[in-house]
Amino acid sequence: MAKGMREIKRQIKSTQNMKQITKAMELVAAANLKRAQNAALAGRPYADKLKEVVSSIAGGGGSVKHPMLQSREVKKTAYIVFTSDRGLAGGLNSGLLKKFVDTLKSKHKSKAEYDLFVIGRKGRDYLKRRDYAVVQDVIGVPDSPKFADVKAIASAAVGGFEQGTYDEVYLVYNRFINALTQLPTVKQLLPLDAAAIGATKQAGPSAGYEYEPSPEAVLNVLLPKYAETLVYSALLENKASEFGSRMTAMSNATKNATKRINELTLTYNRARQAAITQEIAEIVGGANALS
Amino acid sequence: MSTLRLEIVTPERTVYDKDVNMVVARGVDGDLGIMPQHIPLVTPLKIAPVKAKIGNNDEYIAVHGGFMEVRKDKVVILAESAELGSDIDVHRAQQAKERAQDRLNHKQSEVDHRRAELALQRALTRIRVGGGE
Repeated sequence: MAKGMREIKRQIKSTQNMKQITKAMELVAAANLKRAQNAALAGRPYADKLKEVVSSIAGGGGSVKHPMLQSREVKKTAYIVFTSDRGLAGGLNSGLLKKFVDTLKSKHKSKAEYDLFVIGRKGRDYLKRRDYAVVQDVIGVPDSPKFADVKAIASAAVGGFEQGTYDEVYLVYNRFINALTQLPTVKQLLPLDAAAIGATKQAGPSAGYEYEPSPEAVLNVLLPKYAETLVYSALLENKASEFGSRMTAMSNATKNATKRINELTLTYNRARQAAITQEIAEIVGGANALS
Repeated sequence: MSTLRLEIVTPERTVYDKDVNMVVARGVDGDLGIMPQHIPLVTPLKIAPVKAKIGNNDEYIAVHGGFMEVRKDKVVILAESAELGSDIDVHRAQQAKERAQDRLNHKQSEVDHRRAELALQRALTRIRVGGGE
């Protein structure tokens, strides 16, 4: 009996250690989530302002035409895929990648029709292992990412669109709804949705701006920037999703560990009691035999 | 003296937010001095210091590209990065400047050349704003 007890005690100890780790990870993820949310909030004025100005030009002139606002025949598509570097975040990455691969299979006949830009180690490894052509990848993005961290990849994709290498650019990321819910999303980045931009027109000020040197020239500078900003905000959102998902996953793990410890403790106590009872029975038996 | 609000915003944060008397920025077509009641205007900016005049004091902010939106009582500058003089590491900027000049002196492809030029401009802007000259 004593041997079984030692075994149970060891299991309790190891579960306790595990619980400590998951608990710590949960707390760290919660703190990071808070920071990621703040970062997303801090970036909003910039994105809003850009959108406002872009829509006031695009909506105001009516005659302004820009290749980034017009859809053309799709020969080649670029996807920017956002994943995390580290795992233990529940089904975050696997859910996203599964959806993404399904999209690829249903939309494209051959692998020559698309190029992949990947952010995050998990996505890169997953896609490379399955022989998808990853054109460019970024790993080791810090927990509070700077704009510079995605600048290279964003300019490559947006520049590719401008030069006509790509006819469409999509963002693949986890949309952050709340700490419990993240939605795998495939969203079109380019060509920019003129209707969506125009829809916010009323919200902006109707001040008749003067553009220097010309509306087209300003739009030429602004639209690529706007697209890059959207890439950055997708990164921030995916970061927030990562932490939210990790927090939930770790909180579940901690809960399970607690439950398991309770069960094991119960079994342990039972075994201990049984051992004591047996010992007493043996002593009593021995004493009776003597008398 | 009447004032106008100057805001400098990057994707990461708001770098500068103050009431000033005059803003001097370098647009793609040349320097622009903006005073209160300016006509609404939108223009891209070059990599250059932006001067904010408050009373008799001048404050300089290193703005790396981006663009400027002017309204009657407000100027908003959106840039991918912007730094106040106190945040700038002048020594690092000096090194960047030398590196960029070095690269410009060696014949290279056009893209590299352009990139080095931009890096040089950024370094020079930082040095001027950081008070390294």
